[in-house]
Amino acid sequence: MSKFTEVFYHYASPSTFYPLAGKAQPWFAALAVLLALAGMWVGLIVAPTDAQQGEGYRIIFVHVPASWMSMFIYCVMAFWSAIGLSFNTRLAAMMAQALAPTGAMFAFLSLLTGAWWGKPMWGAWWVWDARLTSELILLFLYLGFMALQAAIDDPRRADKAGAILALVGVVNVPIIYFSVKWWNTLHQGASVSINKSPSMAHTMLLGMLLMALSFWAYSIAMSLWRVRSIVLERESQTEWVQDAVA
Amino acid sequence: MSPVSAIWVAMRRDLVIAARRRSEILTVLFFFVVVVSLFPLGIGPEAALLRRIAPGVLWVAALLATMLGLPRMFTADHADGTLEQMILSPQPFAFLITGKILAHWLLCGAPLVLLAPLLGLQFDLDGPTLGVLVLALLLGTPLLSLIGAIGAALTLGLRGGGVLLALLVLPLFIPTLIFGAGAVEAYAAGLDAGGHLSLLGAMLVMALFFAPWVTTAALRISIE
Repeated sequence: MSKFTEVFYHYASPSTFYPLAGKAQPWFAALAVLLALAGMWVGLIVAPTDAQQGEGYRIIFVHVPASWMSMFIYCVMAFWSAIGLSFNTRLAAMMAQALAPTGAMFAFLSLLTGAWWGKPMWGAWWVWDARLTSELILLFLYLGFMALQAAIDDPRRADKAGAILALVGVVNVPIIYFSVKWWNTLHQGASVSINKSPSMAHTMLLGMLLMALSFWAYSIAMSLWRVRSIVLERESQTEWVQDAVA
Repeated sequence: MSPVSAIWVAMRRDLVIAARRRSEILTVLFFFVVVVSLFPLGIGPEAALLRRIAPGVLWVAALLATMLGLPRMFTADHADGTLEQMILSPQPFAFLITGKILAHWLLCGAPLVLLAPLLGLQFDLDGPTLGVLVLALLLGTPLLSLIGAIGAALTLGLRGGGVLLALLVLPLFIPTLIFGAGAVEAYAAGLDAGGHLSLLGAMLVMALFFAPWVTTAALRISIE
């Protein structure tokens, strides 16, 4: 057995992962705060005012990273679901369950900030643009995943059913994205396209990257925190949990 | 028993059961007709507007009607233990499930395809457009049954399963809706509907391959 698989198997058990997650979580939380401060400093103070959009464009420093994270977290969720189904590990399914609320929050945040940006720029809170529509459908997929898990009492069944749904969803995400995109061009709905945004200044890109990294660290910290709670709840009958809590 | 006869036996069984309880199937059909008829009443009888919205209205109604028939795909068989016998049987479970999905389409999908031209006439669609509508529904409704079967299997025996099922499968129905309604709209606008129909066909082939397999995995989880 190689070193990597040894470490992997060692921490696949909730009882060994729980303290590791506890140690890692504050570091990621601190990293998220620091990166967010740096990102906001670049985004709100250093970055120049946009020639066409004025100060209002600055919401993209939250909007774009939130959209990235909402899509990325769904893929990570599907990854852990696949691991959970194929290796029958409890921890992988718990990770998928812990990631879903954060992903849904980012999808919602992306829609909300998009609406705030759209009103002054496009003059409308909502347009049926391909990206907006597929982000909305992604939010529905997250909500479906969480609703299915909440409806099943037996945690093992909830894990597996949720895993299948996440995998079906991740296969469908590209199909949904392209169908919505073609539907949009057929209808020629939104006259303004996000694709045609002018090339970005380097400082703007830097701000966006810093914020994306901050959201990344935040997602890790939040899901570790949540997975620790799930571990405690699920393993509450075991001796090590009672020792850990006592 | 060959795969074809395994599919056939499972399908015929569901059809016979449905033939003895006709009202359930007729309810789904009646729902489709009523929902479609509500739109002109809500929107107004201008022929140009109705022609414009007809593909979307007919497709959304077909989506909802198919979904309404989904819970009964597995519920009764789960309650009386038939599903467990199917898992234990020497025939591959996926073939038996394919038969059940085909039966669901014949009962809840195919009648909609046959009824659609009649309802399309109420929306002032002309002959060739109705033809494209029927063709699109013919490719799209089996796709809805296949995707829906996964959702029906995942929500089997859950509290509030019906509403949850809607939340799970309706987002997955969206590509079918877009290309199905899009084919009719493109044809009505004087464009070629071939692209939309080809994509519907491609999705149907993909779902025909994967959906029964995923459904069996979901059913095993729900039953164990």
